[in-house]
Amino acid sequence: MITFIGRRLLQLIPVLFGVSLVVFFMVRAIPGDPAQILLGQTATPEAVAEVRTRLGLDEPVIVQYLLFLRDAATGDLGDSLVEGKPVTTALLEKFPATLELALAALLFAVVIGVPIGVIAAVRQYSFLDRITSVIALTGVSMPIFWLAMILVVIFTVNLGLLPFPGRVGNEVSFTSYTGIYTLDTLITLNFPAFWDVLKHLIMPAVALGTIPMAVITRMTRSSMLEVMNEDYVRTARAKGVVPWRVVFRHALRNAMLPTVTVIGLQFGLLMGGAILTETIFTWNGIGQFAIQSIDGRDYAGIQGVVLYGAIFFVLINLLVDVLYAILDPRVRL
Amino acid sequence: MAGTQVREAPVAGGVRTRTRWGDFRQAFFGNKLAVVGLVVIALFVVMAVFAPLLAPYDPIRDQNLTERFAGPSASHPLGQDELGRDILSRIIFGARVSLTAGLAAVVFATVFGTLVGVVAGYAGGLVDSILMRLMDIILAFPSILLAIVIVSILGQGLTNALLAVGVVLLPQIARVVRSSVISIRERDYVEAERAIGASDAQIVFAAILPNSLAPLIVQSTLALATAILDVAALSFLGLGAQPPQPEWGAMLTDAFRSGFGVFTEGQHAIIFPGVAIALSVLAVNFIGDGLRDALDPRRQR
Repeated sequence: MITFIGRRLLQLIPVLFGVSLVVFFMVRAIPGDPAQILLGQTATPEAVAEVRTRLGLDEPVIVQYLLFLRDAATGDLGDSLVEGKPVTTALLEKFPATLELALAALLFAVVIGVPIGVIAAVRQYSFLDRITSVIALTGVSMPIFWLAMILVVIFTVNLGLLPFPGRVGNEVSFTSYTGIYTLDTLITLNFPAFWDVLKHLIMPAVALGTIPMAVITRMTRSSMLEVMNEDYVRTARAKGVVPWRVVFRHALRNAMLPTVTVIGLQFGLLMGGAILTETIFTWNGIGQFAIQSIDGRDYAGIQGVVLYGAIFFVLINLLVDVLYAILDPRVRL
Repeated sequence: MAGTQVREAPVAGGVRTRTRWGDFRQAFFGNKLAVVGLVVIALFVVMAVFAPLLAPYDPIRDQNLTERFAGPSASHPLGQDELGRDILSRIIFGARVSLTAGLAAVVFATVFGTLVGVVAGYAGGLVDSILMRLMDIILAFPSILLAIVIVSILGQGLTNALLAVGVVLLPQIARVVRSSVISIRERDYVEAERAIGASDAQIVFAAILPNSLAPLIVQSTLALATAILDVAALSFLGLGAQPPQPEWGAMLTDAFRSGFGVFTEGQHAIIFPGVAIALSVLAVNFIGDGLRDALDPRRQR
């Protein structure tokens, strides 16, 4: 397994090289001068020229790329113009907000999606099964920014149950250690703050989690159907194991394998969906940072988002493969 | 179409001949959801084509600021938006913009994706490796982010937004085509074409492409659903259709950006454009699912 993980990590190098090459030249093809945008329209040409020199934008692009590679090899991705600090630092500050949102979305997706998928498979062709497949298709057909707005209409405006927008109410204060607010408020036992933070998290998480929920439901249903026809399930039934035990112990454990893979793939989509969700809920995370750095022609910022995004995506899928081997002893890495 | 013909069963005393087209028709039209999807899309197409006849008001010019966010009424069945325009008329005209943009993005992705897939799958070797690594790089980006960067390069606007969505969808199509080309490349009937001296182009067009059509059609239909959603998302971020153009995603942005008042007074301005997007995407997904079940023999019951 160690050699497998090592090999996969080595494969990251060419992927990152290719991604960095593409993103480096693409961001520089975006019209607009970062120095001009940074200083504003009223800046003198001399001041703009000076900033350009300071940012290294006077060098030929290919030289800029080689310099970027040299620094990147030591873990230095340059300074973000928008945030005025090293990109890695800026992203580390934003990351917990997006991670909290993505994990909550995934939790929603799994907690709702897996049981519905199981029920649909156990009662195949029933009314419940048909409804499930229509709901699952509806889930992947909804624009998430629209779903987010509808949730606000229902739960904030009409029912007055959930707060909007932001991550936390103005009147609430707590010390943040991890940047993951639900965790911060829990470890400091600040329950009123925890309750407030949790209420802020629900709508964005549901909006972001609906597509993965639908995908997980469909995947669970179809892999459950496949597994329910296997010999060992029939054997379990034949020897008189109670039905719920057959479903949960014998079938579901094996049916979860493809579902786990799908969950891993969803993480990449979640990162993209976070851009839309964070825009609606003014959620100060990576998605908002991505939009701001494109608007501000923050080359280092965009490169940072994309490169770390690619690393994260590859690592998640590696984790999924390892998990796969742990769940299924037949799989040898 | 040398490879697609199915040997017909001998017709004897009332035995009906089964053809591939007949099987397909039976499977597809036997699927209620697929038929519903087809009807819904047909209605949207009719709406788009006859928009000037169907829409009660002009979607852009008939503004009335005193009726900002006026709710549904007899004269405005779906209510009015932040500028007092008739939402129904804007949704009807929006069908032209949103559906055409989604379709154009998919046509772009299908044409170039097929090209990449056929070349990679047929040539193999180094060409294959280079093309597919390129596709991997596109797939390594979160698709919305890549589309945003592409639109930023090309400039805001609907045409550039749909091109960006086309590029983002291209790798999926290329992968599907490549894998079916590879599985078909070594079949006997392709070998036969080669033996009788057919050129590469002839082999590709006569033997390989017709036989990889089924997965391609399914993938393209499902890609259309994604394309409509992604174009709407780009418009929502202000990168696609620009005001006052009536496009479903842009209608939602315009309402959203008009301030928090939309959530309290203008709820219909949020609900209806989104329903139009969701309904059309759902219909396309129904059709895509129906096509997949009908075209893939392993899935038939």
